[in-house]
Amino acid sequence: MTTVREGDVLDVTRDDGSLRRFLHGLPGVDQVGAEARAAGLATRSIKTTAKAWAIDTAIRMVDLTTLEGADTPGKVRALCAKAARPDPTDPSAPPVAAVCVYPDRVATAVDALQGTPVQIASVATAFPSGRASLATKLIDVGEAVIAGATEIDMVIDRGAFLAGRYLQVFDEIVAVKKMCGAAHLKVILETGELATLDSVRRASWLALLAGGDFIKTSTGKITPAATPPVALVMLEAVRDFHAATGSLRGVKLAGGIRVTKEAVRYLVMVKDDLLLQRHKLATGQYDGADYVSVE
Amino acid sequence: MAQSPFEYAPAPESREIARLRPSYQIFVAGKFRDGRGEAVKTINPADESPLAEIAEAGPADVSDAVTAARRAFKSWSRLPGRERGKYLFRIARAIQERSRELAVLESLDNGKPIRESRDVDIPLAAAHFFYYAGWADKLQYAGFGPAPRPIGVAGQIIPWNFPLLMAAWKIAPALACGNTVVLKPAETTPLTALVLAEIIAEADLPPGVVNVLAGGPAIGHAIVESEGIDKIAFTGSTEVGKIIQRSVAASGKRVTLELGGKAANIVFDDAPIDQAVEGIVNGIFFNQGQVCCAGSRLLVQESVADEVVAALQRRLATLRVGDPLDKNTDVGAINSAAQLARIRELADAGVDEGATRWSPPCDLPDRGYWFAPTVFTDVAPAHRIAREEIFGPVLSVLTFRTPDEAVEKANNTPYGLSAGVWTEKGSRILSLAGRLRAGVVWGNTFNRFDPASPFGGYKESGFGREGGRHGLAAYLESEGFLGD
Repeated sequence: MTTVREGDVLDVTRDDGSLRRFLHGLPGVDQVGAEARAAGLATRSIKTTAKAWAIDTAIRMVDLTTLEGADTPGKVRALCAKAARPDPTDPSAPPVAAVCVYPDRVATAVDALQGTPVQIASVATAFPSGRASLATKLIDVGEAVIAGATEIDMVIDRGAFLAGRYLQVFDEIVAVKKMCGAAHLKVILETGELATLDSVRRASWLALLAGGDFIKTSTGKITPAATPPVALVMLEAVRDFHAATGSLRGVKLAGGIRVTKEAVRYLVMVKDDLLLQRHKLATGQYDGADYVSVE
Repeated sequence: MAQSPFEYAPAPESREIARLRPSYQIFVAGKFRDGRGEAVKTINPADESPLAEIAEAGPADVSDAVTAARRAFKSWSRLPGRERGKYLFRIARAIQERSRELAVLESLDNGKPIRESRDVDIPLAAAHFFYYAGWADKLQYAGFGPAPRPIGVAGQIIPWNFPLLMAAWKIAPALACGNTVVLKPAETTPLTALVLAEIIAEADLPPGVVNVLAGGPAIGHAIVESEGIDKIAFTGSTEVGKIIQRSVAASGKRVTLELGGKAANIVFDDAPIDQAVEGIVNGIFFNQGQVCCAGSRLLVQESVADEVVAALQRRLATLRVGDPLDKNTDVGAINSAAQLARIRELADAGVDEGATRWSPPCDLPDRGYWFAPTVFTDVAPAHRIAREEIFGPVLSVLTFRTPDEAVEKANNTPYGLSAGVWTEKGSRILSLAGRLRAGVVWGNTFNRFDPASPFGGYKESGFGREGGRHGLAAYLESEGFLGD
């Protein structure tokens, strides 16, 4: 007996076959054309007021992140201070969106960020490989949420996705979403391991159908991370999902964005390709040297 | 949809870069001089302000230029290919060095966005010179016999839509093959061709190898009729092409014509829709649709027609129409009042004949020649907007149900210059490419140009090919060779 799964507004997850048919029925992505469009948008010239707005917006979308085995409470506290006041010499610089840490460092961040608007994000689900049992992943998520994380960054099981076991990936995201409770769920697709833009489009839809609040490009541990064509395809998936369901989700770009200009280019993409009046887009690991002090 | 909080600030390219001068002269026998025709002003189509005065050529200048070209032909045609190649390489490099100046000048004179003149027109013009420079010393291996000979003096008449690029398309292969040239740029856009003449003079080309005559139809006519001309190469309207064809009949002159078009851009239901929409936009709004190979008829499979048209309309709302010198402008000004009047007349005819007209909301400047990007749906194949070349930013959308119907509709036009096919099925692209009566068929792209790729038409779109090895044929006498 199959039932419609929770949150499946499009009724495409009754079984593996129907989900596969839906994902494989999405229009293809022509890689050459997508790359050309992304390159074309990169020639936009963003000056004066537009540039100032874009830089502030980019800063507001950053998750300052430390995901190292050597993370100490001291390092996390320093990162939190920088998140709340990215430029101590300029009080008008906005705070970043969030600080992102491993679950066992969440408590330190919660403590350090009290009274600030900065969110606490935690990677979970056996980050970055995702190679663990679902039970283990859920415990990972639960611990982060209990410690006070307001955003969970999960990784999808790329192995299952590439093997075509889409429903397994879907069910896992749904289970994690449930475990998140009120916390926002970002679903990391690790696009560098998906290889083709067709796969990026399918994985994006899969994650959106399963209830991800954001779809996120990368863990930051794999190269390539966020690239303009990948971002374009993910943004288009959010746009089309919004058109199909009325539900507006976010895209988060992570890794690979090193300078202000690149961050601005992604904002141009949101403006010129999506026409969304309201958008949630975040750039990852932003260290525009002009505006944020580098640790 | 509410205003985006992200509004682009103006990002204009500086007009100073064009090094605009108050007056420009024609180039005859290696010298700049005032033409003996009328002095006319060329204007900026974006605001109707005068840019510069040009002392246009008169009939006596045509005869001087032809005489100079004839004289120069004797030695130029005997120069070893590698020497001719050196001159062409020099011109190519100089175009690159002065690319910003040429781009701004082109946008001022033509009305096209700086993004296009900077990223398309000027780099491609340089690329054509580089490409044919490479052929100059390899003509005996090009497949036209062991010792192909140049034709003589080429009279070349070019249009206003890609002024410098068309000059490059014409001059580069002619010189590489050993011909000499009398070039006439279009009356509304002479400036970049005259700066190219400067570059040619600075490259020390022997006097008379290239002559540039600014002027109107009368000068074009004088070139076509001139007895000292061996070959006419014309790019422009089918109407004028027919006149030229009649005029040179039985004169012994060789002719190549690159004329109008009414290209079909065919979108199948399995197409990569987002990229197809980009291709449709690029096909018809590139250079304000003033492109002979523009994809002015969208043929979309009925099963995805609504989806594609909706996506297209959403995309058009992001097109930025306005100041051609702003680096963020996507659609610039129409080149002339006459052209604007023609576009308006045909668009009005579309409404009268019952098609549905749509344009995105956009504020057009008060002065200058402007036409909003326009899409017609509910178009029948018999409508004028589905048959006649509009040469403007106006797309006619028609539908089809089967591949056979798509081919039939695409070929149902007196023209045959280009076509586009959008499908994820590679076999279908190949099968359609063989059945479409068009000189250029693009698969999952549109309006892509490369000097190595031949370009030209079938039927009333003309004959002869420009670009690639094929482009050499227009400037060579093939020669058989038997001997021991």
